[in-house]
Amino acid sequence: MKPAPFEYVVPKNLNDCLNFLYQHSETAKILAGGQSLIPTMNFRMAQPEYLIDINNLNELSFIRTDKTGGLQMGALIRHHQVENDPLIAQKAPLLHEVMPWIGHVQIRSRGTIGGSLVHADPAAELPSAMVALNARFKVKSKKKERWIPAEQFFVGLFATALEPGEMLVEIAIPAMPLHSGYSFQEYSRRKGDFALVGVACMLVLDKNKVCEQARLVYMGVGEGPVLAAQACQSLVGKTLTPDLLQQAAKIASQNDLTPPNDMHASSAYRRHLAEVLGHQSLSQSLERAEKSF
Amino acid sequence: MSNLFPISVTVNGVLYQKEVEPRLLLSDFLRHTLGLTGTHVGCEHGVCGVCTILFDDKPARSCIMFAVQANGHKIMTVEGLSNDMEHLHPLQEAFSEKHALQCGFCTPGFLMTLIPFLKENPDPTEEQIREAISGNLCRCTGYQNIIEAVKLAASKLQASKATVAN
Repeated sequence: MKPAPFEYVVPKNLNDCLNFLYQHSETAKILAGGQSLIPTMNFRMAQPEYLIDINNLNELSFIRTDKTGGLQMGALIRHHQVENDPLIAQKAPLLHEVMPWIGHVQIRSRGTIGGSLVHADPAAELPSAMVALNARFKVKSKKKERWIPAEQFFVGLFATALEPGEMLVEIAIPAMPLHSGYSFQEYSRRKGDFALVGVACMLVLDKNKVCEQARLVYMGVGEGPVLAAQACQSLVGKTLTPDLLQQAAKIASQNDLTPPNDMHASSAYRRHLAEVLGHQSLSQSLERAEKSF
Repeated sequence: MSNLFPISVTVNGVLYQKEVEPRLLLSDFLRHTLGLTGTHVGCEHGVCGVCTILFDDKPARSCIMFAVQANGHKIMTVEGLSNDMEHLHPLQEAFSEKHALQCGFCTPGFLMTLIPFLKENPDPTEEQIREAISGNLCRCTGYQNIIEAVKLAASKLQASKATVAN
């Protein structure tokens, strides 16, 4: 239960870091909060040759708004900073509500938002929340810089769209539309555990209270965040009623998801949870969206 | 074999300058290099909470940090709570009075989790206490007496604050 030896590298700035990463992309890992990486190193499931410690890169540690009222966050922002930031509570209340579900206070004081996203645990909260929020990720390598929508970033079990030599540097969350509601629901065996099933939800209504956009994104039911596309489609363009929401939750659990069977829960149980939690999150989102009128 | 890195780190108010291998966990550094064995080691993957210390005043798992990352930072371990058995910290007194431990293995982790919690929540509700200790496992007590102890500690700390204010 001790990590294998590695070379420890402390870049002075982001350029330094990207240069090193470019040279050693196959054998280097980035150390941010370390709350997932170091456990896997303790188990020797990960044995990187080089560990690039980015904790001193203050340029990745910012929270600000853009001209359109959207949020921009550096990848090195720690969970407790997101949890306690008044700007985030105001601009991205869904994210604010998600944070206490991530691990425990001891984990949130070290873990970083970028680290959690690139780790891409299928039962983690942040990836699904980011997909629900239509977030975009800025990734950088020595050679180029590009933006990836959250929906395209998570490509499989612990896998992302990052190419060798690229790192996540910034997360951008668009401003909440005027009439929108949100909700986050999760069920786990113990508080702070990864979700058996969780769901992040965003509903956007137009001025006539017709559903303009629905985002129902599950965790713990697949290889990454799962957008319940058919369920969302069943809501868009309609005036939302309790019956419609109930029906959408059913569509999500029956048609959109293929939950795994494992020692923690059977596929059928996860399907059941997906329907119950999906319904709860849609109902709360609608309630909140209606308050904006 | 990897190189040794010089680090200087303040633990319980004392500045230590040591050379460490990068893969040395902070928990092992505290226990084996500094001899501060009050910090315990349980699961070594960030689940059980016994290795909790304060890193720059915030609770953190020392088993999933490297000692080299503590360079230039401030750490407090359970040894920093009191100097001798006669003068325990009010939180330690409360744990003793309410029988909030049996074997005691998990206690340092609970104490270090609760120190910043009580600073931020001087008058916590039972629900807040349960949430606060959700990242620490205890296999003896069933948690009930730990919750009682936190309530008692809160009132002891409030009383001592009132005395100082007067």
